[in-house]
Amino acid sequence: MMETDTKNPLQNTGMEGPLAPRQSRLQEFWRLLKRNNLAFVGLIIFVLFFLTALVGLMLTSGTRPVFDPAMVRLQEKLRPPLSRPNVETLRPEEIPRLGLYLFGTDDLGRDVFARMLQGAWVSLTVGFVAVGISVLIGILMGGISGYFGQNQISVDQILAAIVLLFAVGLLLFGAISLGVVSVLIVSAYIVFSLRWKKGLGKRTLPKWMKVFLTGAISIDTLIMRFVDIMLCFPSFFLILTVVALLPASMYNIMIVIGLTSWMGATRFVRAEFLSLREQDFVTAARALGISNWRIIFRHMIPNAVAPVLVSATIGIAMAILTEAGLSFLGFGVPPPHATWGNILSDGKRFIFDAPWLTFVPGFAILVVVLSFNLFGEGLRDILNPKLRERY
Amino acid sequence: MLSFIGRSIIQKIITLFFVSVVSFLIIHLAPGKPSQVDPLNPKFTPEMVERFRKEFHLDKPLYIQYIYFYRGLFTGKTVSWKDNQSVLKKIWERFLNSLPLFIVGTILTWTLSFPIGIRSAIFRGGLYDRSSTFFSYLLISIPGFFFAYILIIFVVTRFHVPVIGMETFGLGEASWLRMIMDRIWHLLLPSVLGATGGIAILSRYVRSQMLEVEGQDYVRTARAKGLPPEQVHYKHALRNALLPFVTMFGLILPGLIGGSVIIESIFSWPGMGRMAYEAILARDYPIILTVNFVSAVLVLAGTFVSDLLYMVVDPRIRL
Repeated sequence: MMETDTKNPLQNTGMEGPLAPRQSRLQEFWRLLKRNNLAFVGLIIFVLFFLTALVGLMLTSGTRPVFDPAMVRLQEKLRPPLSRPNVETLRPEEIPRLGLYLFGTDDLGRDVFARMLQGAWVSLTVGFVAVGISVLIGILMGGISGYFGQNQISVDQILAAIVLLFAVGLLLFGAISLGVVSVLIVSAYIVFSLRWKKGLGKRTLPKWMKVFLTGAISIDTLIMRFVDIMLCFPSFFLILTVVALLPASMYNIMIVIGLTSWMGATRFVRAEFLSLREQDFVTAARALGISNWRIIFRHMIPNAVAPVLVSATIGIAMAILTEAGLSFLGFGVPPPHATWGNILSDGKRFIFDAPWLTFVPGFAILVVVLSFNLFGEGLRDILNPKLRERY
Repeated sequence: MLSFIGRSIIQKIITLFFVSVVSFLIIHLAPGKPSQVDPLNPKFTPEMVERFRKEFHLDKPLYIQYIYFYRGLFTGKTVSWKDNQSVLKKIWERFLNSLPLFIVGTILTWTLSFPIGIRSAIFRGGLYDRSSTFFSYLLISIPGFFFAYILIIFVVTRFHVPVIGMETFGLGEASWLRMIMDRIWHLLLPSVLGATGGIAILSRYVRSQMLEVEGQDYVRTARAKGLPPEQVHYKHALRNALLPFVTMFGLILPGLIGGSVIIESIFSWPGMGRMAYEAILARDYPIILTVNFVSAVLVLAGTFVSDLLYMVVDPRIRL
């Protein structure tokens, strides 16, 4: 501290130098986080879960895994947690690696501990990839509609888009030649209009052609109406429908959850952008001649990201719950791959005889989702500038 | 006012049109054909499939199918592909089954979350506030199906009452009192489960609204005048904090049809959610599309009602 003070040139002139913040942003974030007990616990559980999922992926995959989640031991079915295996009846490679069934076995004698380890990775990736997709779409759509929203889409652009869609439809339904012709027409028009706006813009147009260049609808309206349309669908029902119609795979579930949950992020980013673009630092950046994209990525997104981060954290919790629900209904990751949802779903026939098959995965989902929710709520408080202390 | 109503109705009709197009495209462009649903069934000869396709216009191009479907829906002639019954009639029957769940769940949500939220706002930071905060996060985070099984194990082992289905099978000649008690037992668990998430979210929302209003100047003035705390809390603060909740009455409309797929299938409750789930399994497109359409209508109607209510309740808003 003293060193920086002596280096400060203002110190010599006897004026009081501008006080630099004593803490960096990250340090302050850490300090606020440690004061918020629930959020701190949430973060710790989240880190533990992350490590468990990574270790679990390594230990349960490969041709000769340490914990084999698919090893069937029919003579050892429905053993309670912490019970020791009957070593005499098992072949040496069938004996569980820990020497006991930590979480018991299911109705096929598979080790629930190994299956839980395998399922942790599914929950983790589904949560993060789905939310990653939705946040990316949200930032893109919200950013466009908040920053370029006032621009009008003119009639000729709408017509071009309609013809292009029509062409794609034709290509999909087999009318190749007609489709190619319409794609060519559209691309020719696009090239033509770009050239026109660059070089020949000064030439006056006949009156009937000006109709095509009038603005019909603003970009903001277009995107926000699309958000409204998407919000009309009952989300779990829509996800269920699409997942049921598509072939069963983990990637389809991630993509579908991501594609149906971006509306919140879009609204947040748009609202932030609308208020940020009127602020002085953006005007200053524009006055310096900085390009639009640099303003967006370098100056605006870092300032707009706080509410998105909060909603993303809570979105991960929601995505994990949705995936578990889908697995529970039998639409999840195809068996024999274990997920927490389908362990629970398999165990529901034995809830009175083997309650651990319900309680182990249920508590795991509960704890992980709770940690994400608590961390997200804590994040909301921490990132809220009103609650920050003044230096 | 009138121009606002007119504008928003037109806007909502346009939105509804696009919703119908998008849902139709999603369903029909997905891989797989509805006519292939049961290839092992010996009755499904190629001629049968052909007749089936012709009967339901599946051999026509998509936009013709779209027109046929929505014309049938508005004239009430659309039939389920599964059993040839009218879709609207089927949905109405199931809707009547889901209605008691919805009503009990909504009553539970709205009567429990206000006292909880208000109390934790008044005693902010106290033990009650912190524990209710933690419990609401717990209830938001718990997977519905897991909570359902905990409650089933608890109720069945403790009270020895059956909870699956709408009523106990073979209770034909029992007294009416017993019948009613039986119905209530069966209704209780699914509606409590349906309400838990709502209670957790709504009570948090009530709390934050109350806190915001309690920080306002007029509440401080009321306190400075020496009014008793009850009067400050319930007359000055609560009345103003209630404003946003009036609009939420509109937003519960979509819950009418949403029904919970998971809870209804755990409890074998023959409601809307379960019907939708069965329709998805059977690729019964008319039912899927109709449920989707009706719920979109309810969402739009809900936002419309909540906008109107807000205008009526809050004189500061002039749209």
